[in-house]
Amino acid sequence: MSDITLTIDGRTVHAAPGSTILEAARGAGIRIPTLCWHEDLGTPSACRVCVVEIAGMRTLQPACSYPASQGIVVRTNSPIVREARRMAVELILAHHPDDCLSCARNLRCELQQLASDLGIREIRFERVKRGLPRDESSPSIVRDPDKCINCRRCVEACEKIQGVAALSVINRGFDAVVMPAYEDGLMDAVCVMCGQCTLACPTGAIIERDDTARVWEALSDPDRHVVVQTAPAIRASLGEELGLPAGSIVTGKMAAALRRLGFDRVFDTDFAADVTIMEEGHELLQRLGSGGTLPLITSCSPGWIKFIEHFYPELLPHVSTCKSPQQMFGALAKTYYAERAGIDPAKMFVVSIMPCTAKKFEVQRPEMRASGRQDVDVALTTRELGRMLREAGIDLDDSPEEDFDAPLGISTGAAAIFGATGGVMEAALRTVYEVVTGRELPPESLEFHDVRGLQGVKETTVTLNGNCVNVAVAHGLANARRVLDRIRSGQAPWQFVEIMCCPGGCVGGGGQPIGTVMNTRAERAGALYAADRDMELRSSHKNPAVATLYEEYLERPLSKRSHELLHTHYTPRR
Amino acid sequence: MTAVPGAACQCDSDFLSQVERIASMYRGKPEDLVLALHDVQALRNYLPREALRVVARVLDVPESRVYGVATFYSMFSTKPRGRHIIRICESAPCHVMGAKEVIDSLLDQLGVEMGGTTADCLFTVEATSCLGVCGVAPALMIDDEVYGNLVPGDLFEILERYK
Amino acid sequence: MEFYRSHVLVCGGSPCVAAGCRAVRVEIERLVREQGLDREVRVVETGCLGPCDQGPIVVVYPEGTVYHRVNMGAAREIVAEHLVKGRPVTRLQYAGELPSVSTADDKRTDYFQIQKRIVLENVGLIDPESIEEYIARDGYLALGTALTNLRPADVIETVKRSGLRGRGGAAFPSGAKLEFTARTESDQKYIICNADEGEPGTFKDRLILEGDPHKVIEGMIIMGYAVGATHGYIYIRGEYYISIERIERAIRQARWLGLLGANLFGSGFNFDIEVKKGAGAYVCGEETALIESIEGKRGIPRRKPPYPGTSGLWGKPTVVNNVETIANIPPIILNGADWYRGFGTSTSPGTKVFTLTGNVNNRGLIEVPMGITLREVIYGIGGGIPDGRSFKMAQTGGTAGGCLAEAHLDMPMDYESMQSAGSALGSGALLIIDDSHCIVDVACSLLHFFAHESCGQCTPCREGTTRLVQIFDKLRQFRATQADLDLAMELATVMLRSSLCALGQSVVVPLGTIMQHFEGEIQAHLHGKCSVGLCHGACDCAEGRPAENV
Repeated sequence: MSDITLTIDGRTVHAAPGSTILEAARGAGIRIPTLCWHEDLGTPSACRVCVVEIAGMRTLQPACSYPASQGIVVRTNSPIVREARRMAVELILAHHPDDCLSCARNLRCELQQLASDLGIREIRFERVKRGLPRDESSPSIVRDPDKCINCRRCVEACEKIQGVAALSVINRGFDAVVMPAYEDGLMDAVCVMCGQCTLACPTGAIIERDDTARVWEALSDPDRHVVVQTAPAIRASLGEELGLPAGSIVTGKMAAALRRLGFDRVFDTDFAADVTIMEEGHELLQRLGSGGTLPLITSCSPGWIKFIEHFYPELLPHVSTCKSPQQMFGALAKTYYAERAGIDPAKMFVVSIMPCTAKKFEVQRPEMRASGRQDVDVALTTRELGRMLREAGIDLDDSPEEDFDAPLGISTGAAAIFGATGGVMEAALRTVYEVVTGRELPPESLEFHDVRGLQGVKETTVTLNGNCVNVAVAHGLANARRVLDRIRSGQAPWQFVEIMCCPGGCVGGGGQPIGTVMNTRAERAGALYAADRDMELRSSHKNPAVATLYEEYLERPLSKRSHELLHTHYTPRR
Repeated sequence: MTAVPGAACQCDSDFLSQVERIASMYRGKPEDLVLALHDVQALRNYLPREALRVVARVLDVPESRVYGVATFYSMFSTKPRGRHIIRICESAPCHVMGAKEVIDSLLDQLGVEMGGTTADCLFTVEATSCLGVCGVAPALMIDDEVYGNLVPGDLFEILERYK
Repeated sequence: MEFYRSHVLVCGGSPCVAAGCRAVRVEIERLVREQGLDREVRVVETGCLGPCDQGPIVVVYPEGTVYHRVNMGAAREIVAEHLVKGRPVTRLQYAGELPSVSTADDKRTDYFQIQKRIVLENVGLIDPESIEEYIARDGYLALGTALTNLRPADVIETVKRSGLRGRGGAAFPSGAKLEFTARTESDQKYIICNADEGEPGTFKDRLILEGDPHKVIEGMIIMGYAVGATHGYIYIRGEYYISIERIERAIRQARWLGLLGANLFGSGFNFDIEVKKGAGAYVCGEETALIESIEGKRGIPRRKPPYPGTSGLWGKPTVVNNVETIANIPPIILNGADWYRGFGTSTSPGTKVFTLTGNVNNRGLIEVPMGITLREVIYGIGGGIPDGRSFKMAQTGGTAGGCLAEAHLDMPMDYESMQSAGSALGSGALLIIDDSHCIVDVACSLLHFFAHESCGQCTPCREGTTRLVQIFDKLRQFRATQADLDLAMELATVMLRSSLCALGQSVVVPLGTIMQHFEGEIQAHLHGKCSVGLCHGACDCAEGRPAENV
């Protein structure tokens, strides 16, 4: 309903009540430049780039937060607006390094884009660098405080979206800058390594650690058997990283491109996701049957695991002992696969392509050496794989559609939806239902729509042989806190809970393409659900390669060998 | 900044239990963070990280925010300081009454730069904005005592009282 | 009640404390006891008496003899001669007069009649640590009247009709502010007293709180009643140790007598007050930054709208008022709006408390009707410029105020006139600077202050304040060009238009007035000349190369 009318740049514009000038302008196709504003975060109104002139007002007002009010007359390009906007950008540039060409965010930097759009050709102030050290302490995230422009988007993402608050603005005035407590490295902070800050940052001040060099090196070593696994969410986001529209599914082209890069085997984390369902589903049934700690909470998301270790260590007994699919894959690759293929695991190099920066931390955890050595050697993010493909000149569009290699490349639709919030829950319910009831879910009942979508906390109830099982799904750690607080208070009605660290689940992971926002998360999730519908097999326990794995190697879910390879334990970090 | 030998925090259990006791008066009241930091700082004239950590835990405020607050307000210091804090005003009303000469003389007598701590850890000198005693400018404050109508010649005697 | 033949008032305002009054008071008390006079002579530490540069000040009643610059020796002499023998020590007497001291045979000079004390009526006359003395001077009578005879709407109406405007700097009509919050529906509202007096050259709020703390408490309760708030906060600078001590004691006394707490005056109205300490941040004088600080956060201003009147502390409607504004409320309620409008000008009614500082003979605290001229203040109350120097500039309203030159001396000091001269009454600071000072040096001092106090949130202020310091340091080193000065003005103008809060917005006020009124002197620095001779080679910037030409 449009019942507010205002004038912007001489045009009559209609806006919904409660909208900002920025929203009203965008609705009318008028573009007002912004910098600190981010569509999913708060409006700090701090950068003053989006200021506009409102007739009758003494000062300029930030369009990102000023309400679109009835009858106001707004100018977005008057001389004083242009002067103020250009001055703000010039001031920021004068206090920012000018190493754009070698910056990780070159051509993907909002500040650079803005300077280009505004045609800033001269910086009249003395160039000043903070001269603060780069923080390379974390295996996941690299911070370069010299590039911080004090937009506070990372602070907002860390505190409001993730409920972690590892970052804060410190000092004041010209010395103000975003830092972890005590100016420690991120490794010593309560950082969960989720990388949402890397998505929020408009510049190169917070980026993922780049591990591509190690992968290039392994690929060029003829003695190495280099295998790659791709997380469920990658097929729905790699295309976007390489210029395709959000929600493009590129499974087959991705497999082909990875082969062209030189990987000896192109496998799929989806296989391990199906294994995860087998293990976790049976763990749930065991806990339900034996009076174990309930609710059981999923453990696929390493940022979430580090979060509970820091903030709710007393609830760790609720967390499933299952490793994440990435780590199940790594352990199986260097044992089961190596044995079957007759390869010396010492010569294997396992690379994973993940939507996630926390996976880089996870691969280094001391528990993740079930094969006797580090199970996954390197975890790359979607962005890093994109970089490798661009460097190699591999055009995804031109690539053929190819299949993953067997056996660790065979999977079901249940595994594909792991990449979206609620997907693990839905996959588990498909299998648990059929295992418990012995009845096959009819195709129309396979989809559990109550646990899909971007609502922060989702709940539903499933009836298994007359017993009600209450489940909850949370994504984004601030939402996880709501769920955990209820569990801690003893008021939680649930038996099974899925928690994913990042908003939207892995499709919204911190390693996903720059520019990831709620809308793109929704598009990618939609693409995964479509991929699931197109699959012949849609339940993990129907995966023939998984069946073979149990027959030949693991015996059964929760077997001794399963426990050795596929389960783990946690470390309170408070 | 002058090195501060011996003034590094010996965050012994006795100190930390004092911090804990002070912080407990504000338990679960994040809005009283500034007050809690004032009280905790009174123990050692600065806020060691171990103390900030206790305050964060007891008040239930993220450590990053506690540190952000501790570095925002000029009365707080996260670095070790001397036993007495000299805050000397360099705002315009003191400036035009000859504060610069007093400041130069003070720094000279103590052998420190602005912000520095004397070798014996007795004094830390900090520039401050207006102390609100401009009627007797130029002025300085040592701990909670204010001294006004200063000329460089007054400093020696004032400093002696704290030795 | 005990009867004393003599009362000795020792000024306990912070400037006098800085001048050593506490030791003097202790010595007088000791000597009085030693002489066995402690049942005849009462020694009282009181609030600020005004001429701060003359401290420590001691007044002996009933004679009303004022002694100034009292040191330990003088204290002994006063006790021995005046108190024991009844002979005032003429040699130690203050030649000027104190506005607060009125005696039966009052020989008021013209100069002294200029002052009119409403806000300061009790300051320097009562023991600020005694609620009984406040009550004896009609204290809490306005509150009683309001709670028992007036409806909240009547209180607001009286304040509106009085024409009272905020005395913290923004000059917003106080009655309208109350009405705004009164009309906002909410389960909880707050009254905040802004005692974060950080404006350089300003110490009026400090001396009000130290000299008459109950007046502030009474004003807050009345405002709470007017808008329907039951809780108040006083946010005081952390450096104001004495103010904090006095106001906390006053709150305890008021609670003890049932003047704070539940069911005040049997009216069913509840109100209580909490003191919150700042920790050194000028920007917390900005009302939304102050609210953030009370909430335990970094004191950075919020964007507006929403304004505190509808969404302030904890998101609830909140009235934030300066100490002086609040201290005006009890007299207005007690004496009525018409009485109040009898002072000052028609558009700026009432009085204004100023703090007179810098190169002037009498520095201190004064309360004058609005509309008095700068010349009357400087050459009348202030006693002129010392050391045979002449007037160069006056900065009104604190660091964020305008710098006025000689041409403005006869301009009336009220909101409108000040505005027309590019300045403001602001906080009431009046900094007088004589001709021994270089305008560029003064500008550098002012700009350093803004850079030091910028909160760092919005780009123009965070980056701009430091850039202005850099440009003016260059000017002081004779390294600046006309392009630098143009850039500085462009920057300051952008800061005015697009900074988030008044801190960044107001830098252009002193800078613009300096550039305008002292253009010649600024221009001379472009050509390597400092008329005062302060800038040649006297650069204290590490990176500056010495000036070549003088």
